[in-house]
Amino acid sequence: MAAAARVFIRGAHATLSVPGAGKQSSARSALLKLSPGCSSRLKTQQRHAAHFTFQPEPVTTQYGPTQKMNLFQSITSALDNTLASDPTAVIFGEDVAFGGVFRCTVGLRDKYGKDRVFNTPLCEQGIVGFGIGAAVAGATAIAEIQFADYIFPAFDQIVNEAAKYRYRSGNLFDCGNLTIRAPWGCVGHGSLYHSQSPEAFFAHCPGIKIVIPRGPLEAKGLLLSCIADNNPCLFFEPKILYRAAVEQVPVDSYTIPLSQAEVLQEGSDVTLVAWGTQIHVLKEVANMAQEKLGVSCEVIDLRTILPWDTETICKSVVKTGRLLISHEAPVTGGFAAEISSTVQEECFLNLEAPIARVCGYDTPFPHIFEPFYIPDKWKCFEAIKRMINY
Amino acid sequence: MFEDNPTNLKKESTASQLPQRRQLQHWHHVSSQAAHQQQPFDSSLEKPQFPGASAEFVDHLEFIQPNVISGIPVYRVMDRQGNIINASEDPQLSKETVLNFYQKMTLLNTMDRILYESQRQGRISFYMTNYGEEGTHIGSAAALESNDLVFGQYREAGVLMYRGFPLDLFMAQCYANADDLGKGRQMPVHYGSKDLNFVTISSPLATQIPQAVGAAYALKRENMNRAVICYFGEGAASEGDAHAGFNFSATLECPLIFFCRNNGYAISTPTNEQYRGDGIAARGPGYGMLSIRVDGNDVFAVYNATKEARRRAVAENQPFLIEAMTYRIGHHSTSDDSSAYRSVDEVNYWDKQDHPISRLRHYMTARDWWSEDDERSWRKQSRKTVMEAFERAERRLKPNPELLFTDVYEEMTPSLDKQRESMFRHIQQYKEHYPVDLYEK
Repeated sequence: MAAAARVFIRGAHATLSVPGAGKQSSARSALLKLSPGCSSRLKTQQRHAAHFTFQPEPVTTQYGPTQKMNLFQSITSALDNTLASDPTAVIFGEDVAFGGVFRCTVGLRDKYGKDRVFNTPLCEQGIVGFGIGAAVAGATAIAEIQFADYIFPAFDQIVNEAAKYRYRSGNLFDCGNLTIRAPWGCVGHGSLYHSQSPEAFFAHCPGIKIVIPRGPLEAKGLLLSCIADNNPCLFFEPKILYRAAVEQVPVDSYTIPLSQAEVLQEGSDVTLVAWGTQIHVLKEVANMAQEKLGVSCEVIDLRTILPWDTETICKSVVKTGRLLISHEAPVTGGFAAEISSTVQEECFLNLEAPIARVCGYDTPFPHIFEPFYIPDKWKCFEAIKRMINY
Repeated sequence: MFEDNPTNLKKESTASQLPQRRQLQHWHHVSSQAAHQQQPFDSSLEKPQFPGASAEFVDHLEFIQPNVISGIPVYRVMDRQGNIINASEDPQLSKETVLNFYQKMTLLNTMDRILYESQRQGRISFYMTNYGEEGTHIGSAAALESNDLVFGQYREAGVLMYRGFPLDLFMAQCYANADDLGKGRQMPVHYGSKDLNFVTISSPLATQIPQAVGAAYALKRENMNRAVICYFGEGAASEGDAHAGFNFSATLECPLIFFCRNNGYAISTPTNEQYRGDGIAARGPGYGMLSIRVDGNDVFAVYNATKEARRRAVAENQPFLIEAMTYRIGHHSTSDDSSAYRSVDEVNYWDKQDHPISRLRHYMTARDWWSEDDERSWRKQSRKTVMEAFERAERRLKPNPELLFTDVYEEMTPSLDKQRESMFRHIQQYKEHYPVDLYEK
């Protein structure tokens, strides 16, 4: 699936690394003789810095000794813990053997063996179908889809099979041992097929769980919960955070509950809801709102998209009277629509203003227009202003 | 160089020792360290070094011709009259075993007739018969161990019957009554049994194929001498999932048998509109898989092939592809009238002149294992037991409607709990509009 277009994605401030450029790149740049008029154009062509600042979790000792890890390392750690404690656990997908295109499985094949960490042919419907079968036969199956953008060939297996296995068999069979992981969300230059957030497609499917972490500490605990959970789970990893997000993460196993949203910061005037990368945008927006508008924001990380924690969100909106939901995925039919609809049913009389959705536009995810496309802090800030002044 | 005979990929090999066997050569590793026979090394020749293939150079342009006319031959043990052709291929099963084969095939046939009729009469919503394919079910099921895992498509009820699934449970599923192991959630013939290692059927075609591969991989790691068999039709073999499954099974070295029932039709679509190559068996070598084509109406041929495939699949951790040629005598389902796309004469030929049940019967009568009296009394008895199960199933209530909401997840969720309460409140209020008395409370 689009093998040719898969480039190594860099973190927010690192340098580009294109496979195959090799030794020629320095020779090539020597050949580039820029005309005098070029230098001013060059300035405007510099890539924008990331649209958010990652805000690390405070260090916690409740789960034992910790180690500095970025997001991909926290994933590796979770997988390492799993392979160590569960002899039936296997990890598979495209390129996982050498460590994965995002280095999430580095070292695991050497440590646990080639029958437990292995490449599959390039075929997402096969990866997920295989994973379902392995789970049905009792193995803990952890499938990797190389980019969430490529999960669609597996849509039938996920929606028609995995999600329905237990129900349709009267609980004789199930694939609860299956977890599917995929890199997710915008990355600065990913364009149509390396930036998607497809959670809304799957949120419409009873029987699966969908989980999206905001950082390494959350990711490891949530991933371990997904693996332990006896339902098939989709675990989307914000790729822009793989290197950029660094926290102190417990070395041992721990779990963070699914279907529980987390109130990151309490407030009284507006409820802000998001998941994944966008949480860091909203945290900054909350500060901006406080400083510039004197508005007190309650920031909630939804964490589990399906089944989602309606209680925590509704309780917050009852208190604040205003709700803003933000995600990168296109606004129409995006998950904000589901939250908005439920909140207006449950909290109608508490609302002081229409619920705001600050999301991607209804276009495919663009390349060069990404800075205009994404629901950045200014768009969120403006939406809060409008709600306050409604 | 490459000719129209896919059974031997190189007709004239130089000093190569590719054996002239009917079955196809399997190459474990399609890499430069290929396990195939050593070529005599001539240092004046250049050999291709590509990691992707381990072939020779050729200096003239010629396309490999797919062989459809005289393709992979059909292995059989009995002729159409039930006579053993080559005595060394007779599995020489005991009288008891053979009688059991016969009784299971005919019991299935009887159950099919009665349940098909019951749909016509509006008693059940839908049904699919197995007419003409009984040999593929019983022959393959008998060759497996009872704890081998079965993934099916929807026309393999005989496998379940052979393993001992009771008539009451077949009926319960078709009637979706309170005894249904599936809790009434699926259309008829979507059977499943955990005890009998038969994974519950689902309607989407070919989805079971990559799943069977994953299950086989997991069982391989358990190292408990268990295999997986995966049934599908020649139509389902066109799905992408089939390609995915075949490729994964070979690359990941899984102990499983792919069993394709090539019955000539996918609903109304005949095989010449389904594929242009030499059926499904010819695809096996493309994936590096050992493959065979058998006469699906010859229960001993099916048995022999499955038995050997199973033995080797587990011993060698590699997949096998069996294409069982047969004919779908019945309509696709109760929603189909096949006279719209095929002649009655064609159907009659198979029903009368090449039927797995009659061929086995001839084998039995030739050995004085089955008489006319045996036939009469067995028909009467099997019909009676089917009718009794049928009547019991019909009288039974449907499952409690609260089972609409369970097993979506392992646990009940708050949201589903609320929806369930809301449904019951609604039904309480409008009960005269809902068939509540047909369901358990």
